[in-house]
Amino acid sequence: MVLSTAVFTIGVFGFLSRKNIIIIFMSIELMLNAVNINLISLSHYLQDLRGQILAFFVIAVAAAEAAIGLAIVIALFRNKATAHVDEIHEMKG
Amino acid sequence: MNLQLPPLGPIMPEIFMTSLALILLMADLFIKKKEVLAGASILGVLVVAYTLIGSSGSTFGGMFISDGYSSFFKAIFFINLILSVLISIKYIRIERVNFGEYYSLIALSTLGMMIMASAADLIVLYLGLELMALSTYILAGFIRYDIKSNEAALKYFLLGAFSSAFLLYGISLIYGLTGTTSIKAIASFISEKGLVGNPALSLSMTLFVVAFGFKIAAVPFHMWAPDAYEGAPTSITAFMSVGPKAAGFAVLGRVFMIAFASIKFEWTFLLIPLSILSMAIGNIVALAQSNIKRMLAYSSIAHAGYALIGVIAANTDGVASMMNYLMIYAFMNIGAFAVVIMLRTEGFKGENITDYEGLAKTHPFLSALMLIFMFSLTGIPPTAGFIGKLYVFMSAINAGYTWLVLVAVVFSVISAYFYLRIVMYMYMREPKIEVGTSKSGTLGVALGVTAVMVLAIGVYPKCLVELARAALSGF
Amino acid sequence: MLPELFFVYFAFAIILLSILVVTRKNPVHSVLWMLLLFFHIASLYLFLNAEFMALIQMIVYAGGILVLFLFAILLVNIKEEIRITRFIGAWPTGLTFAIGIFIVIFVSIKSFVLGQQGTYTIDFIKKESHTKALGKLLYTDFLYPFEIASLILLVAIIGAIILAKRRIKS
Repeated sequence: MVLSTAVFTIGVFGFLSRKNIIIIFMSIELMLNAVNINLISLSHYLQDLRGQILAFFVIAVAAAEAAIGLAIVIALFRNKATAHVDEIHEMKG
Repeated sequence: MNLQLPPLGPIMPEIFMTSLALILLMADLFIKKKEVLAGASILGVLVVAYTLIGSSGSTFGGMFISDGYSSFFKAIFFINLILSVLISIKYIRIERVNFGEYYSLIALSTLGMMIMASAADLIVLYLGLELMALSTYILAGFIRYDIKSNEAALKYFLLGAFSSAFLLYGISLIYGLTGTTSIKAIASFISEKGLVGNPALSLSMTLFVVAFGFKIAAVPFHMWAPDAYEGAPTSITAFMSVGPKAAGFAVLGRVFMIAFASIKFEWTFLLIPLSILSMAIGNIVALAQSNIKRMLAYSSIAHAGYALIGVIAANTDGVASMMNYLMIYAFMNIGAFAVVIMLRTEGFKGENITDYEGLAKTHPFLSALMLIFMFSLTGIPPTAGFIGKLYVFMSAINAGYTWLVLVAVVFSVISAYFYLRIVMYMYMREPKIEVGTSKSGTLGVALGVTAVMVLAIGVYPKCLVELARAALSGF
Repeated sequence: MLPELFFVYFAFAIILLSILVVTRKNPVHSVLWMLLLFFHIASLYLFLNAEFMALIQMIVYAGGILVLFLFAILLVNIKEEIRITRFIGAWPTGLTFAIGIFIVIFVSIKSFVLGQQGTYTIDFIKKESHTKALGKLLYTDFLYPFEIASLILLVAIIGAIILAKRRIKS
């Protein structure tokens, strides 16, 4: 549990602090992995497979999320060659 | 091993919705005129809505539950879908993104919302949420040659994924605490084992608040909303300002009223500041906006705050008033966006508030409709917005939150300033530029329906209120 | 004793690797560290009697998702990436926030109590084999979420095609 907390927080830090969008995605993946560690270890100690099934779905969704996220990044790239969050500010207010 | 199929009766609407989305996707290959697809999707939704009648009960081992509560929300989603499709037909042609996938994705997103409203298990809830969210991210970035749309999709996606990670962490904690993911079983386990007051339970509940806060765009989890709403195609802004928000409230209601019923005190304690902040930031920041979509985004944040008051009241009346509010909000908000879309013509965005100057002189009828929607969003009788606020406030007063209602009323008065500013621009100023409108039959139908409904609910609120109350029986 | 030792090693390796992932300047390095991280997580799953999950973790994450990430990184100008600062201006806020969350979660889970025990004991899983037990459950009790997951993947396919397609001809 402590392990997964640590990984989760590192993910949060990465999400909030990095410039590169791709690294931000990776931070999100890190957070999802933390959740998976949590789920699988709990599932082990509870002797119940429900947690592993949820982890299974999380992995499936993470794959879908990565595909869509990177497609969005590529679409953005076509119009503006940057991968830095602080340079993406078309809208202000 | 012989496999037994669980009873499919309750889940019929979802099955039909899935087929609709898939048929649209296939038909897109053969049909060149995409307007046909739009018509097909509206007809399809009407069929789905028909199957909704008489579908009640739970299936798949209690993971799926169809009751009055979920049916009411599904009705909101259907209305949202039909109106959004009506206002998009012309618009996506102007934006040159007239693709069949558009309608298919709207259907899939609505399917995700339906699954969320009917979820009786946290696993299903999470998957429904992702289905809805992923489809909406794509729709937000649908105008892929426009950098604003890309940016909207990106911000929406990043923060959405971030929040779903929080939701998952909350689910994993609650799973560890109770050994189950079924919402009902969680509730009974918590009260049986005396977990009330356990910090780990409170933490898990807090994580749920964070995740749902993102989905309903409540302050301080609203950062994505203005950008996503401004950059997304206007028809999608209308769609996602109503649908995902209502779906977020649907799961918020179910999870907090059932699973976390025994720690009611703690979550109301968290939701009250959320609601006040949403109303404050939403209404005050909206004052300074010059882009109407952005202004409506902040207004949508503020409306999430009002609707939260209904949840805070934490009783059947409160939830019923919240449901009413969302239904009314669907009509008035999509109506307002329909007017915004009307001003979008070839080569003219029509998104600045100053574009509305003197609109009453050139397009008196359109201005009158906008007047109705703005009055309704402010909450001035005899429009529906007034009724929505009235019932939410009444339920909160009955639950003993008089001071909260006072705060809400003060912010409503502030909100009048920016809503009525548009009315003032339309009626008091001289037109500076020639503003054309894009006329289309379907857009007219959407405007007519929303305006009539806003006025009808405003004058005869009884019907809707009774419906929401009836929907909650047996909740 | 030995399992504990292994766990301590994996725990430290995972934490170290995840820090490396979020702090490296060169995104390619980040991805490679992440690959190593995923292998460690997968081995951790093996210790938790979840062979199937370990395998899925390697195939989907290491084989699928990371390759996608590498593709996307090819778009970034790496030379420029190494030159500029890697964090946004407000990174101390992010760090404070993250540490705050860590402390809150850490304090809260101290009072964590395990819920009711299920029926899938370790012996049962060993007898049935993990994949079989999981598969049986997935296609019976969890059929409904499974179908939803299939729809999510469909949405992902449609979305990726729509968003990444070439410019619109008009």
